[in-house]
Amino acid sequence: MSGLAVEGLCVEGPAGPILQDVSFAVGPGEIVALTGESGSGKSMTALSLMRLLPEGLQQKAGRVTLGGTDLGALTERQMCRVRGARIGMVFQEPMTALNPVQTIGAQVTETLRLHAGVRRDEAEAKARDMLARVGLPEERFPLTRYPHELSGGQRQRVVIALAICQRPEVLIADEPTTALDVTTQAQILDLLRALVAEFGMGLILITHDLAVVAGMADRLVVMKDGGVVEQGATAEVLRTPREGYTRALLAASSHRPAAPPARQGTPLLQVRDVVRTYPGARAGLFGARRPVTAVDGVSLTIGQGERVGLVGESGCGKSTLTRAILGLEPVQAGSIALDGQPVEAVRGRIQVVFQDPYGSFNPRHRVRRLVSEPFHLLPRRPGTREGAARVAEALEAVGLRASDSGRYIHEFSGGQRQRIAMARALILRPDLIVLDEAVSALDVSVRARILDLLSDLSARLGLAYLFISHDLAVVRGVTERVLVMKAGRIVEEGATEAVFAAPRHPYTAELIAAAPVLPDWTAREESA
Amino acid sequence: MGGGARPTMMRYLLRRTAILIASLAVASVLIFAVIEIVPGDPATTMLGINARPDTVAALREELGLGRSAPVRYLDWVGGMLRGDFGTSYTYRTPVAGMIADRLWVSLPLALIALALSTAIAFPAGIYAAARRGRAGDAGVTLATQAGIAVPNFWFAMILVLVFSINLGWFGAGGFPGWGAGPWPALKALVLPAVALALPQAAILTRVMRSALIETLGEDYIRTARAKGLTRGQAIRRHALRNALIPVLTILGLQFAFLLAGGIIIEQVFYLPGLGRLIFQAISARDLIVVESVVMLLVFAVILVNFLVDLAYAAVDPRLRAR
Amino acid sequence: MRGGRFIAGAVLFGLFAGLALLSFLWTPHSVEAMDIPAKLQGPSAAHWLGTDHFGRDILSMVMVGARTSIAVAIVAVGIGMGFGVPLGLAAAAYAGGWIDEIIMRGNDLAFAFPALVIAILITAVFGPSAVNAILAIGIFNIPVFARITRGGALPLWRREFILAARVAGKGRARISAEHILPNIAALLIVQGTIQFSLGILAEAALSYVGLGAQPPVPSWGRMLADAQTLVALAPHVALIPGFAIVLTVLGLNLLGDGLRDALDPRLRVVRA
Repeated sequence: MSGLAVEGLCVEGPAGPILQDVSFAVGPGEIVALTGESGSGKSMTALSLMRLLPEGLQQKAGRVTLGGTDLGALTERQMCRVRGARIGMVFQEPMTALNPVQTIGAQVTETLRLHAGVRRDEAEAKARDMLARVGLPEERFPLTRYPHELSGGQRQRVVIALAICQRPEVLIADEPTTALDVTTQAQILDLLRALVAEFGMGLILITHDLAVVAGMADRLVVMKDGGVVEQGATAEVLRTPREGYTRALLAASSHRPAAPPARQGTPLLQVRDVVRTYPGARAGLFGARRPVTAVDGVSLTIGQGERVGLVGESGCGKSTLTRAILGLEPVQAGSIALDGQPVEAVRGRIQVVFQDPYGSFNPRHRVRRLVSEPFHLLPRRPGTREGAARVAEALEAVGLRASDSGRYIHEFSGGQRQRIAMARALILRPDLIVLDEAVSALDVSVRARILDLLSDLSARLGLAYLFISHDLAVVRGVTERVLVMKAGRIVEEGATEAVFAAPRHPYTAELIAAAPVLPDWTAREESA
Repeated sequence: MGGGARPTMMRYLLRRTAILIASLAVASVLIFAVIEIVPGDPATTMLGINARPDTVAALREELGLGRSAPVRYLDWVGGMLRGDFGTSYTYRTPVAGMIADRLWVSLPLALIALALSTAIAFPAGIYAAARRGRAGDAGVTLATQAGIAVPNFWFAMILVLVFSINLGWFGAGGFPGWGAGPWPALKALVLPAVALALPQAAILTRVMRSALIETLGEDYIRTARAKGLTRGQAIRRHALRNALIPVLTILGLQFAFLLAGGIIIEQVFYLPGLGRLIFQAISARDLIVVESVVMLLVFAVILVNFLVDLAYAAVDPRLRAR
Repeated sequence: MRGGRFIAGAVLFGLFAGLALLSFLWTPHSVEAMDIPAKLQGPSAAHWLGTDHFGRDILSMVMVGARTSIAVAIVAVGIGMGFGVPLGLAAAAYAGGWIDEIIMRGNDLAFAFPALVIAILITAVFGPSAVNAILAIGIFNIPVFARITRGGALPLWRREFILAARVAGKGRARISAEHILPNIAALLIVQGTIQFSLGILAEAALSYVGLGAQPPVPSWGRMLADAQTLVALAPHVALIPGFAIVLTVLGLNLLGDGLRDALDPRLRVVRA
């Protein structure tokens, strides 16, 4: 039979089983999505199909057949002739997937020369065609370009080109768009879909994002803890999931926390005409540095208890703006004030939660010390007893126990760490909390619970939020008002629902159109 | 290679050249200050405190110590730029000529040792990294641990004991000069070069091994394997060139150590190189010679670091663009 | 196997450190007692490791020599850390600024002066002594520690827990002391053992060429210099101090590797 079939795949690591009895198949021209939360084994499945498992992991049972060939029976040398020729693979991180010291031409022609044994000029001609096919035409992207001269999306196109240039029977794409901006993601997904139709190859698409699955896959395989939970036609599984886990995953993906009552408070944070420039590269050896403007005349207001979203793609200046609001960066022009006072003077009233639950804490300190770090801002540090009481209060407010204060950060999961980060942000009883991609690194089920917590805290404490995210669905679910940022400027702002329903700026419209959405299967027909 | 001569590349070169010149300027000021200003009166230092006042005065006159320090410094630097390193007080000959003679021993010694240590370290490091965690790797690691612990001058003494005294394959020291043809001279440099190279090779092997292991964990190696390259092909075509970047840094630093180490090894083998010159000059308190030889050594190290910077740009296209 | 390396290193280095300490209280013979008729003897009951060309007891000299080597290396590492670590922390705290630029350029420049060249300069002016050897090795250690500290601190400054500390109003100096330094301590300890072993090698080399410890203070490097002309006659006179150096340095290196594996296998130390 043609296509790829996996039967009863079991993989074991030093600490126990990694994959258990995984079976699925992908036919020519078919798109099969592997989905699941982190640790579900979806990436390990891909690596074991390629027979590129990390050292220490071993396939214990199961059969992988590709067009009638039993891959398990091949020698390593024979397998090398299968990889890149009959199965191609695309990885998550385009920034590091290409060799930085080789031109893109050399990297694409290498696949061609390796498998087809063609002459250099033939290979180069074919590489040009292939790069043009993936959207990198020769005129703008000659073969002599280096990876660092390309953007993330362009690099991912190069990786795709070198994976498909031998017209493989199956392409495995492991989270191919997770590291990309939403508009780029849409383009790459379109490209993959077109290539599948054109080449008649099977595509195994590994993704955690059910919205992407819904828009792409013919069939869906849901994985959990190294095993397959359920599989079937995408529409069918998503419309009428049989397993509880699939239902829970689906519910968490489209979860919208109960909205706290909207408040029409007095203005709290007022940002006026803020400009932040950095010294750029010098023009010539002794020329002046041309300044790079990261934030270009931004004004915004956040009211008491108001939940405001800030969306934009990477490099739009939202991180710089965030740091300026936190008082961590000087601004060249404009003012940032809280209740009329400059932010540097009232730092304790604005606190922050960052994205990375693993990098946000000094690994050497106990939770007690981590949570109480903002006490440094107080003119008089609370005494031991009062401090302990406030740490306990903050921990309990975020759903942890007071007794957790004696533990170290590595004893907590990612979701619990974001709760601790929230406790640290709450301890000074601030008016405004900046949430900088605070749920972006979390699995959907954990994310849903953190969003509930945020909503609950806002309702109880009257907190205002500045919610910065690249994820439009999340912003839509938790904010009252939204600002759209592009190239250092706010291009649109308004009530969240109004902006999403009828965007006025073309960039906003583009962003919304590009964002994959999980369709409401009860009301909609399938769209391409 | 594509896109070579861009303005950015030019800027990188100019910046490196500016740093080269600035480093040389600061280094020369430092050396001049330590030798001629810190001790007070160089003439007294050279002749000792028991010297007769009129001898000291004569030397002061000869060295031109009546002039101010900045003028003397500029004079010294200007002379060096013209190839005039002054006149040795003890030998009464131009220092430039003495250095040139000695350089014909020290430079070949350092270069042979550098080539030898690279020739040993690259294959050994690659072999160990490719067989990481297996017996071959453990063997190489053990050998490098021992190699790093051995002082090169002691290793030189052992080589003399075994190959000169017991086996009689080489002379125990001395240098016939290049006049008698290259072979006797090269033969006299074999044991010194081996003594210098082996401990350095141990260090370089470790650097090569760890750089390669780190590179092998990179995503683009996985991409290369997914293309259908064997492990060996992935190492040769993708990992090596990337691993070369940290290795180059150490290679540059090693040249400094080989030059300095050569000074000591020359003592073991009685080689008439810069090392012997500098120790003779120190015991004769001939500051003029010390000053010039130290400046030359420092110049060599700074120059090699400059060349390493250029090599980076050849290896890494990202630097050319910066 | 990993723990084995650490233990082997600790035993080897501990042996020589113990001999050095013991030498303050007791040595088999006085290191100054010459006994010309008994010169260049092989190992015997009276002289376990034989005698040198003045008939001095080699074991006693190795013991006191260990004292010299270890003392020089300790002080030199102390100088290197004492100046280098604060400089590296400052450079990382103000990365990209003029402080960083000055420190790093000075650092590059300092690498152009290997310990031996510094020692030559100092000796040419002030004459040879153990103190000058310590200074030369210590000065050379400063840029090494500055560079390794900056390299370890820079990625930490980009971590979010540092941002969180800044949001909590802490200044750069305070963050360096409270958050950065404890998180690079493992790196500094491992680099410290490497510089310690390099210090012992450098002290031996300087003493060997007469720029280090002066007679009558025994040192391993000078014992080797004295033995050089006698290699053919009495190889043990040259072999024993050499083995003392090799074993001490090997012990320190094994100790450093073991420590690195125990503390954090991903540490990036420099070895040059």
